This record gives sequence, C-alpha cells and structure tokens, in this order.
Amino acid sequence: MRRAALHLALGLWILLFVVPSLRGAVIHDHTEGIRPLGSLANRPIDWPSRADLLRVALLQDYNTRLVVVSASLLGTACGLIGGFLLLRKRSLMGDTLSHATLPGICLAFMGMVAFGHSGKSMPGLLLGALLSGILGFATVLAIRKVTRVKDDAAMGIVLSVFFGLGVALLGLIQKMPEGSAAGLEAFIYGKTASMVFEDFLVVSSVTVAALLVCVALFKEFRLVCFDEGFASSQGWPVVVLDTIMLGLVTIVTVAGLQAVGLILVIAFLITPAAAARFWTHRLGHLLALGALIGGLSGWMGAAISALLPRLPAGAIIVLVAAILFLVSMFFGSARGVLVRWFRQSRLKRKIGRQHLLRAAYEWLESRVENPDRERVINGPIKMAALVSSRSWSVPELNREIRRAYDDAFVQSFSDGELCLNEAGFLAAARVTRNHRLWELYLIENADIAPNHVDRDADAVEHVLGEPLVNELEKLLPAYRDARRSPMPGSPHPISGGAE
Amino acid sequence: MIEWYPIDTWIVLTGIVCAMGCAVLGNFLVLRRMSMMGDAISHAVLPGLAMAFLITGSRASLTMFVGAAVVGVLTAVFTQWVSHFGNVDRGASMGIVFTTLFAFGLLLIVQAADRVDLDPSCVLYGAIELTPLEILFRWSIAGWEIGVPRAFVVLGTVCLLNVIVVVLFFKEFRLSSFDPALATTLGFNARIMHYVLMTLVAITTVASFEAVGSIIVIAMLVVPAATAHLLTDRLSTMVPLSMVIAGSCAGLGHLSAITLPKWFGFEDTSTSGMMAVVAGALFGMAVLIAPRYGWVARRLALRRASRRLP
Amino acid sequence: MIRLFHFDRATQSGQAPSGEEGGREFPEHSARSPLSVHDLTVAYHRKPVVWDVDLELPEGKLVALVGPNGAGKSTLIKACQELVPKASGLVQVYGRPYRHQRHLVGYVPQRESVDWDFPVSAMDVVAMGGYHRLGWLRPVNKRCRSEAMQALERVGLADLAGRQISQLSGGQQQRTFLARALAQDARLYLMDEPFAAVDAATERVIVELLHELKARGRTCFVVHHDLATVTEYFDWVVLMNMRVVDAGPTKEVFHQENLRKTYGGKLTVLSAAAEAVRNAGE
Repeated sequence: MRRAALHLALGLWILLFVVPSLRGAVIHDHTEGIRPLGSLANRPIDWPSRADLLRVALLQDYNTRLVVVSASLLGTACGLIGGFLLLRKRSLMGDTLSHATLPGICLAFMGMVAFGHSGKSMPGLLLGALLSGILGFATVLAIRKVTRVKDDAAMGIVLSVFFGLGVALLGLIQKMPEGSAAGLEAFIYGKTASMVFEDFLVVSSVTVAALLVCVALFKEFRLVCFDEGFASSQGWPVVVLDTIMLGLVTIVTVAGLQAVGLILVIAFLITPAAAARFWTHRLGHLLALGALIGGLSGWMGAAISALLPRLPAGAIIVLVAAILFLVSMFFGSARGVLVRWFRQSRLKRKIGRQHLLRAAYEWLESRVENPDRERVINGPIKMAALVSSRSWSVPELNREIRRAYDDAFVQSFSDGELCLNEAGFLAAARVTRNHRLWELYLIENADIAPNHVDRDADAVEHVLGEPLVNELEKLLPAYRDARRSPMPGSPHPISGGAE
Repeated sequence: MIEWYPIDTWIVLTGIVCAMGCAVLGNFLVLRRMSMMGDAISHAVLPGLAMAFLITGSRASLTMFVGAAVVGVLTAVFTQWVSHFGNVDRGASMGIVFTTLFAFGLLLIVQAADRVDLDPSCVLYGAIELTPLEILFRWSIAGWEIGVPRAFVVLGTVCLLNVIVVVLFFKEFRLSSFDPALATTLGFNARIMHYVLMTLVAITTVASFEAVGSIIVIAMLVVPAATAHLLTDRLSTMVPLSMVIAGSCAGLGHLSAITLPKWFGFEDTSTSGMMAVVAGALFGMAVLIAPRYGWVARRLALRRASRRLP
Repeated sequence: MIRLFHFDRATQSGQAPSGEEGGREFPEHSARSPLSVHDLTVAYHRKPVVWDVDLELPEGKLVALVGPNGAGKSTLIKACQELVPKASGLVQVYGRPYRHQRHLVGYVPQRESVDWDFPVSAMDVVAMGGYHRLGWLRPVNKRCRSEAMQALERVGLADLAGRQISQLSGGQQQRTFLARALAQDARLYLMDEPFAAVDAATERVIVELLHELKARGRTCFVVHHDLATVTEYFDWVVLMNMRVVDAGPTKEVFHQENLRKTYGGKLTVLSAAAEAVRNAGE
C-alpha cells in the first residue's frame, strides 16, 4: 500500500511540474460548443489533423494544458476519495453534498455583497460551500441518529431541502440590485472549457490536500469503513473521521463544481472507484486504481474534447469514465462479470462431472457380485441406469458425458453404454469416497451440533481438498478402516466382468 | 398586506396537484429505500428529451414527454442491471447510470445546439410562477371567466393517474415494497410492480419538471413520505397523510415565497425552492414533536417508564 | 506494556461526569471486577431492550450470557462499550468508567455486522486489533503485522493470512475476528455470539482459545445461544431476559427453574435437554 501511495505521490509530483511553465502565460477564453454550425445530419465530421493530435498530446496549447491537467488532477482526487465512499456505502453522498453546497454559496455571495465586496471572491464562495456541505452531512447523520428514517431518505431529504433553500436564495440574488448573478451561475454550473489559472490552482491544491489526508488517514479510514462498531469500541472517534472524510468530499466537490460542473463531480466520485472495485481485492490497490482511472478519464475526456469540435469536456469525461467502468465491469480480473461467470461455469462443470462419476461408480458397485463388495471393477455402464439414478434428463446426461469425454475421463460412449477409462474410474472412486466421508461426517456430527454445520455445507462437498479429506479420515477412524482397502484403484483394464 | 391574485391561486393549485402526485409514489420509494431515484431520474431523462427532439425535429411536448419517460424507465432498468450483473452497491450503480445518461444528453444537446434551446439549467429550475401564463382552455361560470393553465391539467391528470394506480394496486404495492421475495412467491411479480412504480415515477418526474421544475419533484418524492412515516405506522394512513403534507407544502411554500422575502426587503423568491424548504421545516417539526416517534415524545416516554419501574 | 493512547478524548472530557459518579457508592470489590454494570437501561426508540441491569463479573472466568432471542444480550454487550446510547446506567471496567479503560476491553462483534466483500485480507483485519496502540496517523508497522501473524497462527489461519476475507468460510471468518481480538491483547473480552453458525473445527478452536485466555487471567464475557454446551464451556453464567434473571457459577445458577424464568413457559425440550446435560455433568 505504501508503495502504491508513493507511486501516486510521485506521479502527482511530475504532473505538478507543469505549474511553473504555466505561470505568466496569457489567459485567453476558450469558447467552444457555442458557435452554431449546420444541422447534425449534413455536417461533416472534421477529424483532427496529426498536428492537432500532437499539440494536444504534448499539452502545447496553454488552455488545453490547463483543462487537461486540472481534469486529470480532479479525477485523481475524486477517484481516491470515491473509493472510501463506495466502501462506506455512501456513494450518493457526493450527489447530496454537491447539491447541499448551494445555499452556502448563495449566503456567502449575499453576505459578501452586504459587506460591500464584489460577491464573487473565490475563497469566500468556497468557504460558504464547504460549511453548508458539512452542515448537510451533519444533518444526514442527525436524521439517521434521531429518527427511524433510513439513510437513503435522509440523503434525499437533505439534498432536496438544501437545494430548495439554495434555489430560493438564488431567486433573491437575482433580484438584488447590486449584482448580476451571472458569475454565480458560472460558479455553480462549471466552465470546464474556460478555466483560468486560479481555477487550476484551486483544483491542484485541493487534490494534493485530499491525497495527503487519504494517505495519512489510510489506516483510520479503512477501519471505519470496514467495521464501525469495532472502531468506536477501540476509541476511534467515528463521527470525527466521517466528518473528515465527508469534508474532503465537500472540498473536492466544491473545487470540481466550479471547475467542471455538478454532474461531472458526482460521476467522478462514483464511477472510477466502482470501476476499480472489479480489478482488485486489496484496499490500497483499489484506491490507487480508482485514482488512476479517475485521472485517466479526466485526461482522455479533456483531450478528446479539445481535439474535436463541439464536445463539452464535462460530458466527454463522464462518458469516458463510464466506458472504463463498463470495460472493468466485464473484464475486471477480481470481480468482473466474465471472471465470475467463468468461475461459476467451471464449478458447475466440476459438480456435474462429479455427479456423473459417482453415479457411474455406484452403478458399478451395485453390479459386483461378492457380498462384501471388496473390489469394484471398471466396466461398461448402462446409460439408461444412470438416467434413472439421478434426476437428470437424457440430453443433460449426454452433455455431461461428452464433457467428461473431453476432459479424458471417458474411454468411449455409444449404444447406450459408457466406459470410463482408468483415470476416470480412479476419479470416480475418489469422488464417491469423499462424498461418503462427508456424508458420514455430517451424520455423525449432526446430532452434536445440527446448527453448527456451515451454511454452505452442501457446496463444500464439491470442493473438498486433500487436507480436508485427511482430516475427515482422522475424525472418522471406523470409516477409514472400512473404506481404505477397496478404494485404491483396481489396475484392471476394462473388462465385461460386471455384466 | 398579502397581495393575492388569481394567478397565485393557480400557482398553488398546480403546486398542490404536482406535490400530491409525487408524494403518493414517494411512500413506496421511501419504504423500498430508493429515495434518490427521483433525483436520478430527473437528471437522467435529458438524453430522452434530446433524442426525441433530434428524431422528430419538433419541440412538441408529447414526443419529448414520451422520450423522457422511456429514458426514465431505462434509468431504473440500467440501475438494476449494473447492480445485479456487476454486483455493485445500488446507490453507486444509480449514480453511475444517471450521471452517464445526463452526460450523454448534454452531448446530444450541444451537438444540436443550433436547433434546441434546451438549457440544462432550466431542467433544474422550473418556473412554477410562469405556469398560469399558458392557458389551455377557458371556462366561464356565472359570468366569471376562468382560464385553466395547461400545467394544471397535465399535472392533475398525472396525479389522478398515480392515485388511481396506487389505490387499485395498493395490496400489491404494499406487499412488494415490504417483502419482494414473499410477493413473488405469492404470485405477484415484485419486479413488475417495481417497474410499474418506476414508470409512474418517470412519468411524474418528466411531467413535473417540464412544468414546474425538478426540485419540487425531488423534494416531494421524499420529504412528505418520510414525514408521514414518522407520524404513523399504517401504510393506509401514511399514503393520504403524505398527500396532505405535500399539499400543505405547496400552499405554505408559495405563501412564504411571496411574503418572507419582504421582511428582508426583497420582492419575492422562487416558489419551488420555498416548497422544498417548507417540506423540510415540516419534517423537522415531525422529528421533534411527532406523537410516537418524535424526539420529545420518546424522551417523555422513557422518563415515565423509568419512573414507573423501581 | 505501555500504551500510547493519543486519541482518547475521553481522558479530558471524562472529567466532567466524574463528580457525579464520585458521589455514588459502589461495592468495594468492584475495583477488581473486570466489568461491573449498574442500573443499565437501553431503549431502542420507545421499546426498552435492557432494563435495570446490575452485573458484576468475576475476574479470570469464562462467563456465558444466555437468554432467549430478543432478550437484549447483544444490546447489553454493545451498551457496555457505548456502541448504543444508554438511557441510564454506569459501566465500569476494573473499577473505572469504561471511557478510561477502553484499551482493556477486546470486542468480537457478530459476524453479520460487517460487509465481508470488503477489499481487505485476513491479515489486514487482524492487524486492526493493534491500531489503537499505533494511534493517529502512524501506518501499520512491522511489529503490528507480526503480532497479527501470531494471532492468526493461534487460530490456525496462518496460511490464509493473505486471502481476501470473502474467500474464507464462515468459521474461518469467525476465527479471523477472534484473532483480531487476540491482537488487541485486552484483559476483558466481550464476544457477541462467536459460536453462531460455525463448523465443529472452529468451535473447537474457539473453546481452546477461551481456555487459553482464562489460563492467562483474562476474562471472557460471551453471548451464547446453545444451552447444551453452557455447562461444558463456561464457569459462570448470566441468565438474562431484559433484566438479569440470575448470575453466578454455572453449577449453582444454571438450573431448570432459572431457565424457566429466563425463557418463560416456552422452554420445554430445551430445558429438559439442559437439565439432562447438567445432571450428566455432575
């Protein structure tokens, strides 16, 4: 984990090297997506030239550089914090908080105007937003603690009431004689394409702060996210830690809000972390990967929007993040859909094969003539008998047999008869033996502790490993003596002896 | 001292039908722990609006309405898919789906910027104050001429539709929001009920924000139902109670929007915003003084009980 | 061992109520009792769950907390650690209010209380037991990790240390929690249903562990649901149904009449079984 954090810090440091070169450059407003072109249908897509590509990739254009670097920094910070939010099952808290900042922004604006300032001072607005975001979070906690209202409804209430208050205050501001609220609107709705150096400074300092806090409080956040009760029994102030976490979310949200817009920030807080979840089982990796995916989608989205005309950066960034999420969801190596499907089908196949082998072995066993059933001999097996021995249909049985043939357990199958090869017969004997050991274990121990047997006892039968079987044998000495001798394989080749 | 015009009456009436239509559905959203769905759908319908426009090329409100409603239902479907197939927390999957759809909608709108005057901000700030200006038809009763606004008719219809569906399927809704598994084993398909609910929510959301702004929808889907839940334990009481609360939010909201700002030297403010604020205030009051679950009542009950026992 | 408790705000804020507590008289031996509970009442919303509980645990014993479902056993355990708000009452650990003695108490919550899909390994979970010794901001160090490893070895999970916790079986998850409590190195352990739905092997490990802890002078207060094994596993028993019905050494307290008082009239087969076990044990 520390290594991951180190790498992150290093990457960030490199990114921040861009800062000195940005200073002193001319700030010019970049307006895109506003000039009207022809209608959608008859407009040819003007692909960027190689020179354009190079220009954007190397961040040669000052404005592109600002937007791309800010978006990827913001994505990094959001992806990181989003990981904790996701695991705390509070993903939509970003949504709630970003709405809850509105009344604070408005009040700050009105307050500043009342005291004779311009009202659009960045630090004042940020402070107002931060305070009202934290108040919103505190309200959610209070509602949850004092009433029986559930988490989601508490978030919905805070979101709508705070936002409603903000809308009402905006209604007042628009009627204020002093100020046009135009600047405020831009603050709330974001202006990705027209970011200025001050925005970049805010975004990058917030990112660094968020990163440092997350690394410093990694242990504490992990504990609180995993087991709140244990954390507070150990004396950790859960509410304080939660407030720090949500305070970070608010800061990032506010910084992002005025840089890239409301929806983008919400997406940034949820999507990269959720995408990273598909790739790893370790928290450190999850956070690093979330930050990486966030940064990457910020980078790519901003670059694409700079290259192609009339693509709003915010929307493109969200869509890139969503595509990365979809890819992760299907191909994720830890929890992805394909991996899980593959594992499940492999287990299903294994269970099916074990059922087939056991049915075959039991049928062979029933054909042995000597009463003590000392030795079971491999031989052709009537498929009709197998069908009746389990509740499977003929096509199902045929499918299992074909699969077992592919896995080289079956010598031949035709004319309603099935022949296991030597490996298949040995496997069948082993499967049967394990099954019986397990059954006996359940029977013998069930009367001691019927409710103590694990919930997944049925599934366990199919995944018994070598050490577990040994342990079962140790636990069941009587069974071991009775069973050991007949099982070690009969080296007989196939013969028709059983018929 | 309060200047009340017929236009104010229409604003309040429109607000009442809209709030009631939302609140009646909100009960089941709150009980199914999907309170954020209103917010999600109201953002996510943007591509529906844009696509309906791009395909038909008109701003006829019916096509836009259908497009938005379809995408609203799709939001619920996609959320279900992502959380089911991806094994993702439901809140997170909702967030992913609605932000993605919103971004997509934004993209479409910018692409067609020359032809659409859909402003993302008008999606969030409806103008309930402007609804009485668009008159659908005029009645004249006893010499009085009354112009019925279009928004009132549309929202009244939606409200009526919601109430009728909820009353007809009350038993099914109750069972499927309490225990979806049991509902399915008893033969009511909980999933169908879920999508019926989601369709109604989508229709209501779209109809409302087109007319009055989405903040009313988001607030009225959650807050009155949560307030009613603090006041009663019976669903059959909770549903009408939430509607009454929602109705009073609309009335008080508009009243405070045109009176409160005067104290501070302003003329008036947004009715939608004040409706949400009033809803929040009512909820706060319920938290404090609800008869059984209120903070005061619980304190008193505990004190009485501990005195009774030695 | 010297404990660094940088972050316990209670040491400062705890001064205020001490005047109020100082005015009350407590039995003399409570100073040595690992856990003493006075007049504890807990209510969820309006419904009282734990009523006027007075309790005094002996040191170095294995104590079972037994009662029917909904009797408030888990709530009592949680209220002792201030995890649920108390309506009234005082909890003392080794003669001082709980807030000052937090480091002496180890907690094993119910297995269902956490999300087992969480991206941490068994090792990470067990290392959490040592977090309070590290204090704020310091990352998990080698010593913390080696202590965690020792705890994992003692519950027989050393070779699964790196495994993600959802890939452990139910019994192994329970053992992970126990290992975490061991890594806490407490003097009093509060365990919430550690025997619930575990396999026989885990049950054996837990019992061995309990005896080991007892041999080292630790006290364990265990919520238990299986009446048949109470006499076998525990020295002391607390019978509880909202109030404490009786508490004392298992041999003296765990009899039919008390069980009937605890479980009400519903107890038929269970009480007969318990009686039979008790008779067999004598």
